[in-house]
Amino acid sequence: MMRAAVILLAMLVHVSALAKGGDQMLHYEADLSNQTSLQRGAKLFVNYCLSCHSAAFMRYNRLGRDLGIPDDVLKANLMFGTDKTGETMTVAMNPQEAAQWFGVAPPDLSVTARARGASWLYTYFMTFYRDPARPNGVNNLAFKDVAMPHVLWELQGWQRPVYSEENPQVISHLELESPGLLDQEGYRRAVQDLVNFLVYLGEPIKLKRQAIGGWVIAYLLVLLGVVYLLKREFWKDVH
Amino acid sequence: MNSVVRTLTGFRDWVGARFPLMQLWNDHLAGYYAPKNFNFWYYFGSLAMLVLVIQIVTGIWLTMNYKPSAELAFASVEYIMRDVEWGWWIRYMHSTGASAFFVVVYLHMYRALLYGSYKQPRELLWVIGMFIYLTLMGEAFFGYLLPWGQMSYWGAQVIISLFGALPVIGDDLALLIRGDFVVSDVTLNRFFAFHVIALPLLLCGLVGAHLLALHEVGSNNPDGVEIKKHKDANGVPLDGVAFHPYYTVKDLVGAVFFLIIFCAVVFFSPEMGGYFLEHANFVPADPLKTPEHIAPVWYFTPFYAILRAIPNQLGGVIAMGSATFMFFLLPWLDRSPVKSIRYRGWKFKLALALFTVSFVTLGWLGMQPPTPLYTMIARICSVVYFLFFLAMPFYTANDTDKPVPERVRWS
Repeated sequence: MMRAAVILLAMLVHVSALAKGGDQMLHYEADLSNQTSLQRGAKLFVNYCLSCHSAAFMRYNRLGRDLGIPDDVLKANLMFGTDKTGETMTVAMNPQEAAQWFGVAPPDLSVTARARGASWLYTYFMTFYRDPARPNGVNNLAFKDVAMPHVLWELQGWQRPVYSEENPQVISHLELESPGLLDQEGYRRAVQDLVNFLVYLGEPIKLKRQAIGGWVIAYLLVLLGVVYLLKREFWKDVH
Repeated sequence: MNSVVRTLTGFRDWVGARFPLMQLWNDHLAGYYAPKNFNFWYYFGSLAMLVLVIQIVTGIWLTMNYKPSAELAFASVEYIMRDVEWGWWIRYMHSTGASAFFVVVYLHMYRALLYGSYKQPRELLWVIGMFIYLTLMGEAFFGYLLPWGQMSYWGAQVIISLFGALPVIGDDLALLIRGDFVVSDVTLNRFFAFHVIALPLLLCGLVGAHLLALHEVGSNNPDGVEIKKHKDANGVPLDGVAFHPYYTVKDLVGAVFFLIIFCAVVFFSPEMGGYFLEHANFVPADPLKTPEHIAPVWYFTPFYAILRAIPNQLGGVIAMGSATFMFFLLPWLDRSPVKSIRYRGWKFKLALALFTVSFVTLGWLGMQPPTPLYTMIARICSVVYFLFFLAMPFYTANDTDKPVPERVRWS
């Protein structure tokens, strides 16, 4: 019941956000505490993104270690270009050729989440829509005239734009034209997994940094007490 | 135990016979008397030293793994963040340290405004401090290019082009700074040299001079009275306490308190919402793609807002340069016989309040994209900023100052 209410609320926010001029961002806070979500996100990433986009600063074994994936599972399910787990997540595609095919070479995604933010990525994956005017037949509400095709189309299906009644130039919202393999809620969860993973990919240490910080601050608080008592002891004789 | 102490004392005396060890210790620590009434504002000098040490130590470790080349710089920073053991921690300490340095130095300078610490006999101390501030600005500017992100690249491009606005020599000067016709690998290499060797050396030298000048004239205090006027039979100021141990233990409390806040940023919010590490700087530098909105890091934004407030580029550059230069003149612009704000009249208090509001507002405006309204506000604040300095000889000469006590207040 609670869950249904949250989803309903999220959909309302979704629709009203899109209603405001079409380029409004959806809000999404990445959740790095859910390891299975990160594992699912990693799977989506290597299957759908890693064929064109590299993550050249990230090593496979770091990913395995951080997300609790053993080497054999890593090799069998997540590594297609190499079998050395110490290698970084590069792609075979030649950047010059890629630039000819797509108009622009697909950028490396290692730190994209830090540049764009989770909300932007979430909006980007949610708002591909059919646009016959574009070479790939798709456009995007977060990234106008994007060069990337809708790679996740088989999961989401196809969306078409519905234009505002007051202003036919403005997209009021998107509606599902033909469904994909996942229902709308399933696709939303898949995108959340992928965004969670991209945020992790941007800064792997984020998984541990705050826990370490807790210990550091706790230590310093104790030290503060000690040095304060020391100061009070010395300053007793200042009159 | 006794033999250990005897050995150590023996060693101390052996060094002492060949090096002024005890003399330095007494002149600058155990025998240096500071006013006993220091308050909150007096922590920032020692904190600035602490941050300097953090920056130098983390900087050395960063240099071990960083590659100053346009090809490799961005990747080497990510290598530090991911593959170097604790590299992320070193890098976040350094990036947070850069902002912390300015926080601490701005508060340190503001303390001087509050208590008149720049006034006679501390004019030279203040001027040396201002040179430290300028060097720090240069250090931050050169360092900001090194990660070779989009904001690094275009920020440097914009700042260097400001030199190009100077008449006659401008273009050649900009070329000399860049070493190339655009910001390039050559620029990165020379900025690296300035950032890791030239300016840190200068900074350490200036900090040494600042301390020597301070210990020559003695510290000011929140009451703005000279403690050297009242000494006991041994020549010790009656209102002074030995820096060591009294202020070493007190500054230790300040240092730990500071480190708690510092570590909270390092571990929980190293980007500080994009103020300490800008989002656009996670995109590698691209000379062919200008970002939509170029803004310097927060500590430069008051001056950047002044630059943008002037419609003419050369005029803007001159205004920005004068805005920093004004601080050098403070000791000679202030004609009040009173140092501390506690005994100043309403005119100075009002002027300082207006100046504070303008400076903070300019800092905020410098981060925003310019709009006609913002530009208008920036112009008003710039006028207030300059009037604070230029009108100072007039409003401080006949202010309603209160009588200053003979000795420091101490409850």
